Amino acid sequence: MSELKRTPLRDFHAAHGARLVDFAGWEMPVQYRSILEEHKAVRRAAGLFDVSHMGEVDVRGPGAAGFLNHLVTNDVSRLFPGRVLYTPMCQPDGGVVDDLLVYMRGADDFFLCINAGNIDKDLAWIHAQAAAFDVKVTDRSADYALLAVQGPSAAAIVQSLTGAKLDLVKYYHFTEATVAGVHCIASRTGYTGEDGFELYHAAGDAVALATALLEAGRPRGLELAGLGARDSLRLEAGYPLYGHELAADISPLTASLGWTVKLDKGVDFVGRAALVVEQESGGARKVVFFRTGDRRIVRAETPVLDSTGAIVGRVLSGTLSPILNEAIGSALVATPAAAGALAVDIRGARIALQPVRPPFLPLRKT
Amino acid sequence: MSNIPADLRYAKTHEWLRRESDGTVTVGITDYAQNSLGDITFVQLPKVGASFRSGEAFGVVESVKAASDLYAPVAGTVVAANATLDGTPETVNRSPFADGWMIRLKPADAAAGGDLLDAAAYGQQVG
Repeated sequence: MSELKRTPLRDFHAAHGARLVDFAGWEMPVQYRSILEEHKAVRRAAGLFDVSHMGEVDVRGPGAAGFLNHLVTNDVSRLFPGRVLYTPMCQPDGGVVDDLLVYMRGADDFFLCINAGNIDKDLAWIHAQAAAFDVKVTDRSADYALLAVQGPSAAAIVQSLTGAKLDLVKYYHFTEATVAGVHCIASRTGYTGEDGFELYHAAGDAVALATALLEAGRPRGLELAGLGARDSLRLEAGYPLYGHELAADISPLTASLGWTVKLDKGVDFVGRAALVVEQESGGARKVVFFRTGDRRIVRAETPVLDSTGAIVGRVLSGTLSPILNEAIGSALVATPAAAGALAVDIRGARIALQPVRPPFLPLRKT
Repeated sequence: MSNIPADLRYAKTHEWLRRESDGTVTVGITDYAQNSLGDITFVQLPKVGASFRSGEAFGVVESVKAASDLYAPVAGTVVAANATLDGTPETVNRSPFADGWMIRLKPADAAAGGDLLDAAAYGQQVG
C-alpha cells in the first residue's frame, strides 16, 4: 500500500482499528467496527468521517463569478458570501466531468470542493475552460484536511467546541469558525442526509481536531465512521456518487438532477446545448432508484431485466439499507422500460425492483 | 489476530468442520473468514436432504462487500441448516464457531476429511 496517498489522519485511523483500503488511490478507512453499526450510529446520533482525500480549489479574480457560471450547470449568480451551491460541471455533450460544491467567500473569491478521484482531471478541465476569463485557479487539495460530523447530534457536538453561533448557519451555508482551537471553514453540508458540518482546516491540525471531536462526541453517541457507511448513507439519501449515478456518459438530466441544471440562467454554460436537446427529447435513459424487499444485495453492473427478461439497463449502485433491512440501489434504464416492471436475477432468483423516489427514509437535514 | 479453536478441522477455503458424537459433522466459516468479509448481510443455505461432493458449493455468504460461495469440506447429505441465519445473518460475525454454524452433514464416508488442516496448519495459512 506504500504507493497510496495518505491523509494526515492515516495513523489516527490505524490506531482506532480502521480497516484501510485503496479508495481512488488513497489509503482510507472503509470501516472501524462495522459498516452497518457505523451507519446506524450516524442516523441515531453522529458519525465522524475523514474525507480529507476530497480536493479543494481556489477560484479568485474579477472574472471568478462569470467563469464559474460558464463552467457549471447550476446558477452561481444566486450565491452570496457564506452560501454553498451543489452543482455538476459538464462536458459539451452533457456528460458529467464531476459534481462539486461551490463556496462563495467574496465577490471575486470562490472555493470548490471536488471528488478525490477526479482531482487531476478536474484541474486540467477547469484550467482549460478558464483561459478566456480573468481568474486564477489554484489547487489547494494538499493544504486542507476535511472532517465531516454528521447526524442529529452533530451540530451540538461541534457547537460544544466553538464560540461561533452555529444555529445561525443554515443548511448549505458556511462560516469561518475556530473549533477546538483550529481555524475552520464550517460548512453546514454533508453526504449522509443528516444535519451536520463539514470542517475544512489546515492539514497540520487534523489530528488535534479529530481527537477533540471524538472526545466531545463520544458521550453524545458519536462514532468514527468509514467510507463504507458513507456510501450506504448517501445511497439511502438518494445522493449521486460520481462514477455511479453521474459519469462522463450520464448527464445530470438523465440522473434526475434537473434541479441542478439552470438552462435559463442567461449564460451559455458548457454542455447547455446538449442538455437543451436532452430536455426536449426526454432522454433515452433514466436513473431510477429501487428497493427489493429482500436482503440479497443487488450489486453494481447487475443487468436489469424487463418483464420479458430482456436486458433494459444495469445497476449503478447497490447495498443493504441497514435501516430498512432490505436491498436498495440505483439503475440506469432505457426510458421506455423505466415505467414498467423491472427485475434482476441474483444467482437464479428473479428479484423485482420496486421503484422508489429518494430519499429512502425521511431525512433530518435542516 | 483471529480465533482458531484447536478442536476443529479447517478447509483452505475457510470453512471449519466439527465431528459430532452422532457421526455427523457441523460446518461453518472461520473467524478469519467472517472478519475478512465484514458485515454479513445474507446467508443462503441448502435444504435438508441435499447432497454435496467434497469441495462443492453448498451455499452463499454475502457481506456488504461481496458474495462468496461456501464449500462442503467433506462429501455428505445435509441433515440440518441453521435457520436463524435467515433473519440474523450477523450472527456469523458475532459467533462464527457456535451460534453462527451453517449446516450439519451426514458424511458419505465416515473417515473423510483427513486432508483438512488442523488449527496449527490453518493458523499458518491465515497468519
